[in-house]
Amino acid sequence: MSVIIDLDKCSGCGLCAGSCPFEVISIRSREDDSEPHPRFKRYARIEAGCTLCGACIDTCPLKAMRMEKVEKKERVPLKEYKDLWVFAEQKEGEVEEVSYELLGKGRELADKRGCGLAAVLLGHNIASEAEKLIRSGADRVYLIEDPALENFTDEPYTQALSWLIGEEKPEIILMGATTIGRAFASRVAAKIWTGLTADCTELDIDTERGLLLQTRPAFGGNIMATILSEHTRPQMATVRHKVFKPLTADPSRKGEVIEKKYPGKLTSRTKIIEIIKDTTQQVNLSDADIIVSGGRGLGKPENFKLVEELADLLGGAVGASRAAVDAGWIPYAHQVGQTGRTVAPKLYIALGISGAIQHQVGMRSADTIIAVNKDPHAPIFDIANYGIEGDIFEVVPALIKELKK
Amino acid sequence: MKIVVCIKQVPDTTEVRINPETNTLIREGVESIINPFDLYALEEGIRIKEKTNGEVIALTMGPPQAENALRDAIALGCDSGILLTDRSFAGADTWATSYTLSRGIRRIGEVDLIICGKQAIDGDTAQVGPGIAEMLDIPCITYVKKIDEIDGEHIRARRMMEGGHHLIEGSLPALITVVKEINEPRMPSLRGKMRAKKEEIIRYSAADIACEVDRIGQMGSPTVVEKIFAPPARDKGMMIKGEPPAAAAKLVSELKAKGVLL
Amino acid sequence: MIDYGFTEEQLMIQELARQIAEEKVRPLRAKLDEEGTHSPELMKILAESDLFAIFIPEEYGGLGGGALELCIVTEELSKVCGGVAVSYAATALGAYPIIIGGSEEQKKKYLPAIASGETLAAFGITEPNAGSDAGGTETTAVKDGDSYILNGSKIFITNGGVADTYTVIAMTNRSKGARGASAFILEKGMEGFEFGKEEDKMGIRASATRELVFTDCRVPAENLISREGMGFVLAMKTFDHSRPGIGAQAVGIAQGALNEAVEYASGRIQFGQPISSFQAIRHLIADMATKIEAARNLVYRAAAVVDSGAKNMSKISAMSKLFASEVAMEVTTNAVQIFGGYGYMREYPAEKFMRDAKITQIYEETSQIQREVIGLETIKEAKSRAKK
Repeated sequence: MSVIIDLDKCSGCGLCAGSCPFEVISIRSREDDSEPHPRFKRYARIEAGCTLCGACIDTCPLKAMRMEKVEKKERVPLKEYKDLWVFAEQKEGEVEEVSYELLGKGRELADKRGCGLAAVLLGHNIASEAEKLIRSGADRVYLIEDPALENFTDEPYTQALSWLIGEEKPEIILMGATTIGRAFASRVAAKIWTGLTADCTELDIDTERGLLLQTRPAFGGNIMATILSEHTRPQMATVRHKVFKPLTADPSRKGEVIEKKYPGKLTSRTKIIEIIKDTTQQVNLSDADIIVSGGRGLGKPENFKLVEELADLLGGAVGASRAAVDAGWIPYAHQVGQTGRTVAPKLYIALGISGAIQHQVGMRSADTIIAVNKDPHAPIFDIANYGIEGDIFEVVPALIKELKK
Repeated sequence: MKIVVCIKQVPDTTEVRINPETNTLIREGVESIINPFDLYALEEGIRIKEKTNGEVIALTMGPPQAENALRDAIALGCDSGILLTDRSFAGADTWATSYTLSRGIRRIGEVDLIICGKQAIDGDTAQVGPGIAEMLDIPCITYVKKIDEIDGEHIRARRMMEGGHHLIEGSLPALITVVKEINEPRMPSLRGKMRAKKEEIIRYSAADIACEVDRIGQMGSPTVVEKIFAPPARDKGMMIKGEPPAAAAKLVSELKAKGVLL
Repeated sequence: MIDYGFTEEQLMIQELARQIAEEKVRPLRAKLDEEGTHSPELMKILAESDLFAIFIPEEYGGLGGGALELCIVTEELSKVCGGVAVSYAATALGAYPIIIGGSEEQKKKYLPAIASGETLAAFGITEPNAGSDAGGTETTAVKDGDSYILNGSKIFITNGGVADTYTVIAMTNRSKGARGASAFILEKGMEGFEFGKEEDKMGIRASATRELVFTDCRVPAENLISREGMGFVLAMKTFDHSRPGIGAQAVGIAQGALNEAVEYASGRIQFGQPISSFQAIRHLIADMATKIEAARNLVYRAAAVVDSGAKNMSKISAMSKLFASEVAMEVTTNAVQIFGGYGYMREYPAEKFMRDAKITQIYEETSQIQREVIGLETIKEAKSRAKK
């Protein structure tokens, strides 16, 4: 159905099976499965779990494999869907920055596509935010106000947006890849049967086909993938904070605020009992522009003071490698890496961190990486823009002294 | 209390890369592991089962080899494992996967709680959990870092948000996705491993779980991968030499020159 | 990968022990070594994975495994930390007198809690004046009504203070010499049973080593194992069972050291090449690997002999411990050598393996005593062959 193997050509050599990252190719005996062949005794078969990544196709020395695209029908009349929407995520009455960033990118995409840009604002007593959205690029704001929408709960928001989509038929919807956005977009996409791509790092319009090109990392960032939703609408995508830039607000910009009312009662089987802000020093690693991280090379927990001092001086957050967290020197909330947080700051300083691949996948998207380590062969130096081979207990104080000048 | 934990067998992604010349995936001796976030989901499910004298079923959609992941789940303490496997599931994106898993859960029947890990480390989308909830028409609480209370009717859980968390109450049946802060997964036990070896894993095909053929696999997937490519290589860095004070001075001046520091 | 002919269960045990060692012990080992602390959390993890149940018979809550299974676990743990491994193995040592000679009541009372890991165990025979010379035991146990009063002390006891169950050798009749010793089961908290300070050791610092002090300690008569006078016999049989475990510890330490040394040698560049490409290093690695393999096979064979219930296993048991511990010392020293200057620094793991290895040549009978056993047995066998 998806990857087709020409059994006349296939010799069952197994090269494809060895290349499959998902281990879904099995080499089978032709006798057992009655696929006889004059020369070959075995053959390859694709099992369930194939993701159509195509890694196997080129490995076949006999060119026996090909990718066959399944012809899908339009699920909805695609021509009826127009315009790009940005979901304006609000918390406690204020729209989040990421939504403005998406309006900025949305403006660029809508202009390229030749369509309009609208913001969707759901909430209660929230109308005052609509103007700001127009000033930041929206042609229109769809406003749905209801007490049930005051704070985000999955079901009422999903009901409201799904209904609005049915009414107004947008071709693209962008949302922030926030805690709210990721759950919300997933539910909506599931409900209306449309394509959703999470955590896009790039967005573009293919003007020829009129499609949104959605690019995102996969396999922990080892691979980039460009994804399309060809036969469903709207094409949905979520994007993280700080990937795109907002437009400068233009107070002279004019637009329309369209109030909509959900026909019926918005219901929810969950309710928020309490909103708890973290009053302790909240490690907002995901938002930090500068992160200074400490690892095993610090030697003991007390030495994290050095990391904190440098972080404070630069106005950054404190991160840590898994080794430091496992040793109990600093709480897990600070852990950067495959099993911790993935960060993409402007500046990442790694102190006494060897830079094993599991740590690298969590921070290598940083714009500038600086590493200080005693071991000149530490893998961290492979991805650092600047490296200093030396004793962190001498280099860091020297750095602090230099910065204070 | 009947609990289903959805797990996924994934390649150990730190070892998967792209060959930049041919643009194909390279997998060299990559092991298949249970998605790390799912270990936390399994642990939470097993803990609830121990407290409420319930039942935990591990569920996965995958190739025949995915049985190993289910046996690992049983070795940790799940009561049984169910494998949804069918060649027509191939090429499924998150929508088709959510659909297939939701059909499997319907077949299991009378499920009180479904637990998923926050996201899978190969796809990284975090979409399947909420997708399943929508298709089963049940409430969903994502990013749960602690379950305060749970009984046959309700669940009270803390959902991580940026800058804090929400205490949320929901009615059961419900689906939750969990983050690593929620618990510390246990190691398998010998007795568990021995039981897992003997346990029969139930297999369901697309027909067994009454899947509509245009909603599964590639046919049911609204998204399609247009192309894959290697991430742009980082520029080669420079090593700054010299005694600490000199090296520090050079570094700071470089950063200022590049505009990284003001 | 060499196939040692393990059963599926044994492979399962090996895989699980390896996983625990890598995921749970490795992150903590440097800290435990630095601070010289025993980790109850790690013991709990071993317990919850049923590892303590391995050496307890099934009827008492165990999995009914033998010396070979004990060796498999001890070796895997030792590859990462010999100290954590010995805390595990010493519990087996403390349980063996009960398993070998205990009454049904004693087994039912004490073994299930050891199997579940609820309590650790320890074996107390060594004294300030009685090391290799067990005959010099001075701790006395005087019968008084339906109990025995113990007076004296034991030193260098692994798991001292953290175990709840102790099997202790004391003299019930000094005039009978070797036949005057008896074995008792003591519980932590018994009146008159106290612990001395924790020892500050060269190696295996993640294990707790303490003095046991008995001051008019009243032990119920039903805690006497077997009969009066059976003390040293039980001790010898206990060591026969546990000696391959120490051999396994030594093999594990050596293997762990070799693994780290090879990884280092493959990455360390000198004269433009990794040092593993130089014959001097490569041949050193070859010798280390060969000796470890020989030691491992001898240990597994000794364990299999013990498990087969053979009557006379002292010689091979002694050989396995002697050879493995000598190999461990040699291999770990060479591992430090391969690491060069970095090997001497506490920051790198090499020197810990060397410090951990030394004790395997000393405890559970020194290499010198092992040689006595082996020499005497070999000569005895020759004599009985000559007679035929």
